Amino acid sequence: MIMPLRDRRLLETPLHTRLAAACETQQWYAWKGFAAVQCFTTVLQEYFAIRNSAGLFDLFPMTKYRIQGRDSRAYLNRLVTRDLSALKPGRVSYCVWCNDAGQVLDDGTVFCLGEEDWRLCSQERHLDWLLWSAQGFDVRIHEETTELAGLAIQGPTSCRILRNAGAAGLEQLPPFQHAAFTCAGVSMLISRTGFTGDLGYEIWFDPARALAVWDGLLEAGNNHGLRPIGSQALDIARIEAGFIQAGVDFMPAEQVVRPDRARSPFELGLGRFVDFRKPGFNGRRALQAEQQRGSRHRLLLLDVEGSHPARDAFIYNRARQVVGTVTSATWSPSAKANIAIASVRTPWGRDNDGLWAEVYYRRELQWEKVRACCRVVKGPFFDPPRKKATPALDF
Amino acid sequence: MQRYDAIVIGAGHNGLTNAAYLAKSGLRVLLLEKNPYVGGAAVSRELHPGWTYSNCSYVCSLLRPEIYRDLELARHGLQVIGYEGGITFMRNGDYFGNYSDAERHHREMSRHSRRDADAYERYASDVMRQTRLIRPFLMRTPADPTSLKRRDVMELIYMLRKYWGLGEHALYDTLRFWTMSIGEFLDEYFESAVIKAHFAGGGIIGTGLGVYSPGTAYVLLHHYMGEVDGSIGAWGFARGGMGAITRAMAGALRSYGGEIRTDAEARQILVKNGRVQGVALANGDEFHADVVVSNLDPKRTFLKIMDEKDLPPDVVRRARNFKIRGSSGKLNIALDGMPTFTAVPERHPLLVADLHFIDSLERMERAYDDWKYGRWSRDPYLDMLIPTQVDPTMAPPGKHMMTVFVQYCPAKLAGGDWTPADRDAFARTCVDQISEYSPNFKDLILHMEVRTPLELENEVGLTEGNIFQGELTMDQLLFNRPFPGYAQYRGPVTGMYMCGSGTHPGGGVMAAPGANAAREILMDLRRPPIVPGDTSDD
Amino acid sequence: MTERWDAIVIGAGHNGLTCAAYLGRAGRKVLVLERSSTVGGMAGMRRFAEGCSVPGCAHLLYHLNPRVVADLELQSHGLRLAASHLPTVALDENGGHLTLTERSVDGPGISPQQRAVYAAFMDRLRRFAAVLAAAGETRPPRLVSDQWRDYLTLAALGWKVWQLGRDDMRELMRIGAINIFDVLQEEFDNPLLKGALCLDAVLGTHMGPRSPNTVLNFLHRLAGQTGAGVAVADGGMQGVISALERAAVARGVEIRVNTAASRIVTDADGVTGVELASGELLACRMVLSSADPKTTFQRLLGPQVLDTGFNRRIHNLRMRGTAAKLHLALRGAPAFRGLDAAALGGRLLIAPSPDYIELAFDAAKYGAGSEHPAMEITIPTVHTRALAPAGMHVLSAVVQYAPAGLRGGWSADAKAGFMERILTQLARYAPGIREQIVSAELLTPADLEAEYGVTGGHWHHGELALDQFMMLRPVPGAAQYAAPIPGLYLCGAGAHPGGGVSGTPGRNAAQAALAGGLRR
Repeated sequence: MIMPLRDRRLLETPLHTRLAAACETQQWYAWKGFAAVQCFTTVLQEYFAIRNSAGLFDLFPMTKYRIQGRDSRAYLNRLVTRDLSALKPGRVSYCVWCNDAGQVLDDGTVFCLGEEDWRLCSQERHLDWLLWSAQGFDVRIHEETTELAGLAIQGPTSCRILRNAGAAGLEQLPPFQHAAFTCAGVSMLISRTGFTGDLGYEIWFDPARALAVWDGLLEAGNNHGLRPIGSQALDIARIEAGFIQAGVDFMPAEQVVRPDRARSPFELGLGRFVDFRKPGFNGRRALQAEQQRGSRHRLLLLDVEGSHPARDAFIYNRARQVVGTVTSATWSPSAKANIAIASVRTPWGRDNDGLWAEVYYRRELQWEKVRACCRVVKGPFFDPPRKKATPALDF
Repeated sequence: MQRYDAIVIGAGHNGLTNAAYLAKSGLRVLLLEKNPYVGGAAVSRELHPGWTYSNCSYVCSLLRPEIYRDLELARHGLQVIGYEGGITFMRNGDYFGNYSDAERHHREMSRHSRRDADAYERYASDVMRQTRLIRPFLMRTPADPTSLKRRDVMELIYMLRKYWGLGEHALYDTLRFWTMSIGEFLDEYFESAVIKAHFAGGGIIGTGLGVYSPGTAYVLLHHYMGEVDGSIGAWGFARGGMGAITRAMAGALRSYGGEIRTDAEARQILVKNGRVQGVALANGDEFHADVVVSNLDPKRTFLKIMDEKDLPPDVVRRARNFKIRGSSGKLNIALDGMPTFTAVPERHPLLVADLHFIDSLERMERAYDDWKYGRWSRDPYLDMLIPTQVDPTMAPPGKHMMTVFVQYCPAKLAGGDWTPADRDAFARTCVDQISEYSPNFKDLILHMEVRTPLELENEVGLTEGNIFQGELTMDQLLFNRPFPGYAQYRGPVTGMYMCGSGTHPGGGVMAAPGANAAREILMDLRRPPIVPGDTSDD
Repeated sequence: MTERWDAIVIGAGHNGLTCAAYLGRAGRKVLVLERSSTVGGMAGMRRFAEGCSVPGCAHLLYHLNPRVVADLELQSHGLRLAASHLPTVALDENGGHLTLTERSVDGPGISPQQRAVYAAFMDRLRRFAAVLAAAGETRPPRLVSDQWRDYLTLAALGWKVWQLGRDDMRELMRIGAINIFDVLQEEFDNPLLKGALCLDAVLGTHMGPRSPNTVLNFLHRLAGQTGAGVAVADGGMQGVISALERAAVARGVEIRVNTAASRIVTDADGVTGVELASGELLACRMVLSSADPKTTFQRLLGPQVLDTGFNRRIHNLRMRGTAAKLHLALRGAPAFRGLDAAALGGRLLIAPSPDYIELAFDAAKYGAGSEHPAMEITIPTVHTRALAPAGMHVLSAVVQYAPAGLRGGWSADAKAGFMERILTQLARYAPGIREQIVSAELLTPADLEAEYGVTGGHWHHGELALDQFMMLRPVPGAAQYAAPIPGLYLCGAGAHPGGGVSGTPGRNAAQAALAGGLRR
């Protein structure tokens, strides 16, 4: 029996034919019910495309909401912990939002498209929470995930490639800013945002034109090292940039079953995005109490001794007590370091207080164990000046 | 006259489990069964040549894996095959499919309500939190909160610590969950009528309550706290029918040296000077033992096979007042082929699972209203399965067996007792409902067994045909099950015990009551503890 | 903004007045705002026909907390009881009425054995009710708390239950969460007796006798009757309200009628004042709202100020009114078949059997009014002559079920239709009553909502059920009277311990607010 498309386990994005053609490894994974590519050719090739030239990543399955109406700014300002009261049209803001207990539901980007027109992009789906939060606000909330295609084009040559494809003047676009362009013959919104901590853009357009955009960009990037990238290469880049991911580095608070599994923004190292100066937002009272009382957990960026990625490792203190776990880990080909993101109980991890990870790895079918010292790193492992330079430089 | 160490009355899954553990511990055990076959309500019988019906219980989830493993049921021939989800057919020709794959589930829910699809995450984790809380108590003896005995106090502290560990707001939500109706609980999450109706079913199956009666959220939990292969809340088929479970248990019992006598109906538990002496059978035989365990429901145990003068008056009163209401019926149907359903393509993967035909809470509540006043539901809630799609042993190739559980069906009709004409009309009501969604269904029927609570009572010996041996309401749960003061499996007479679903944690082919009772008996006999406790991992 | 109040109490019902009087007693400068032209709220009087007044909503005194009476010296402010320990008459269509008092039941078909069972049953439930009453006296404990006080409250409550003794304790745990129907089934066989007891368990609720939680409601009703049983004050409910008003004023409380609060004003740190419908802004350090929780949080405060999860809880609070109020002005005393005129001073119930009530409730579940409604009837003029001109009487009845969410709404036609069903039913018991009617009024839950500003027209400001009880009432996060917004307190029936003309929520809220201290 062949199931109708609607009833299959995985759906296809508008770019599926192109992805399938390019995906030499046939390594797919399910991203919000869509077939997405883990790796097209080799992870390292794709990774170095991001860091050395440019990578192209299909964002179609990302959750997108359109929020419009008279109270849309007030609504979003109550929703997220960051102050959006002065965010101007054309700006993008990275935000987290919390439940009443000040535990993070998700993080994402808020696009100010106009005074009464906003977009929210996130990893998880939140329509239920967004609608509950709309009580008392004059807003319309519409999920536009499948109505808007997105591509991330990330890496040093990304600006040049987009300009080649027709986005004239793009180099003037500062980070966290967006504007309308015509590119590859398609009108689109381009934002200088991304998940790699590098110079890069995300472009948003009508899914019906997806193939034209994909083909146009690859053609424009032909001489600039542009290649499609899969999730594995992107994951290395985002860990280097110190970006956390819902469902990996923290549990969205409403999906938590066990006590003490949810995390507050402070516990995720996102305290700078909590703005107590604005009067009311979800979780404010709880977060204020936490600030006074102190947090229970702390998120760390770690430089782990040795070269074996500390995936799923326990973190110990000097007294050999387990004080936390690694949530993400990779070898960083750029920093030439063994890096990890870990969540530990306070007071551990304040400084280099002798934390170490128990790392398991396998050599010729046999498991080996090392005790690897961990050094707490402030700031991302990879942070090139080109990320912020405006006008964006050509490479 | 023969002497045994222990006699267990009733060879249902709990009696078998209880006897198996006692025998395993080295006791000389006799298990008595009134029917010519073992199984009680977990039984499969060939009632139409070539077709095997699981004519009472029909699917399996709650059977505790600790017991499954410990009694080596797999070695004695049991295999449980998990299945996913279900379908609720709608009056407008559409359907709602409940997939186990999270994304497909989300997509299908979105078809009915995008908001509900997202709200499901919250619903699932909130219900799972309750499930996690209750599961450790399944294989434990409830504490008596009015007792100051060390064991009771410790057990109570254990329980309170579990609750307290939830944290303040989850604790409040737990209190609410235990006292809410499934309808109101679902109203807090979902807007789509069919989605609410689909999830509400577990709140009323086997229960004399409606979807808007507080307490039904707990009943949902009772249907959600089982597991198949580590997948919590999943259900499965026993290959060969539910009788395979009790056959395997009987095999285990025999392998431990236990003795089973069928066609041996217990007439009375013999008591002298406040101690049990043994059991007298209906045929006049007597068997003696210092331990007698009743797997019958509390009403039958205390009002039928025990003498009122042997019992304290409050036990007799409580047994009379014990709520054990027949609220369910059952059809078992031999089919000439696989019925088709207009709403879904043939061989749709969810046709293997639970099928329902009622698409709103209001229809469910009205079905309950009928029952309140002594009528079977004119528009009943059906839980229908066709296990032969997965199990090749229950019908000839190409043919199928269908099991249809019907909620609600009263034990006694308003106009008087059930007549054959009533039974036919009841069956017609159900068949007609299915036919609305499956046009060729009626033509495929080769044979049909109709079971009202009356048949369940007469054949299996469940009072009023209540599938749980007593309502799962707050007054009959935990330390109140079956009665306050008698919730630790010990009866009011020395040496007398209870091991049926009428004791904690209740019915559903769980076998936990039988095992828990065995643990208490062995403790009283000062024998080594061999019954597994709570081993559910997180 | 010239003045600044220590506290502003919204609503001058019995709980608002009690709360204000307690705050005044503690030396606070208190202002009470009342939207209507008279004080009293749902315990107030209502003039519905020429020269005729009735209690607009509550017509019997069940719960008045003796501590409130003592603390506020209500007797010296004029509170007197006109009648106490009122008997209940379970009306029978053919005149075979039963008379129920606190420990006795009499009437045709009641055997001495049944009488004894009734006395023992009521005694036992009254012991349970005493535990409930004790629980009502304090702020509900938080179950996970950093304050010892919460655990002490819990322990004290546990001790109260323990003191019942093992048998009672087991019985309380057994029946506490279930329905009155099953419990009565175990004890009694007389349908009229069971019907009367069932009605007491469902009055003012969206429940039928078979709904679990009805035992809880029955106990709640009993919990208040420790002193005077079911009583009527001198002057009717007005007597209670006037005494409370005088007690408050005597303690320096200012009461402004015809002054509706339109908004509770906040800043980042909490409450700063109250805005009136006139636009005037009154500054204060705290606000105590005796409005129902939905009105308080959704209308007066606004969900924008609160967290989403809390708003969701408030949204999910169940308060669907199903009780209507019937007022009749009658030429002469009504004549119920077989009922002695001397018995008219009691509570007269039309609730012939549990199934009768359950059937009446079934309709309400699906948004229809009952075909055969159940009623609690009083004739207030028996105790307070002044309520009607000489020779006339007024009849006041609580009628169930009339759901707030009637399908199609409470149009004039729907109302007239329901009125007709009520009168048909009444006439079965009092055949001549139609001819005696001078004037009639029916207040549906929709009318009660408009009249008293209570969401859903719900008498108890929220269903009393175990999931909305004690530390869950009205919702977790606001169950200790303090709202999530500093300086805002709930002091109405929506808060613990709930409805009834008790003054207890008002008193407890005042104590919580005083313990919380004045802000800034």
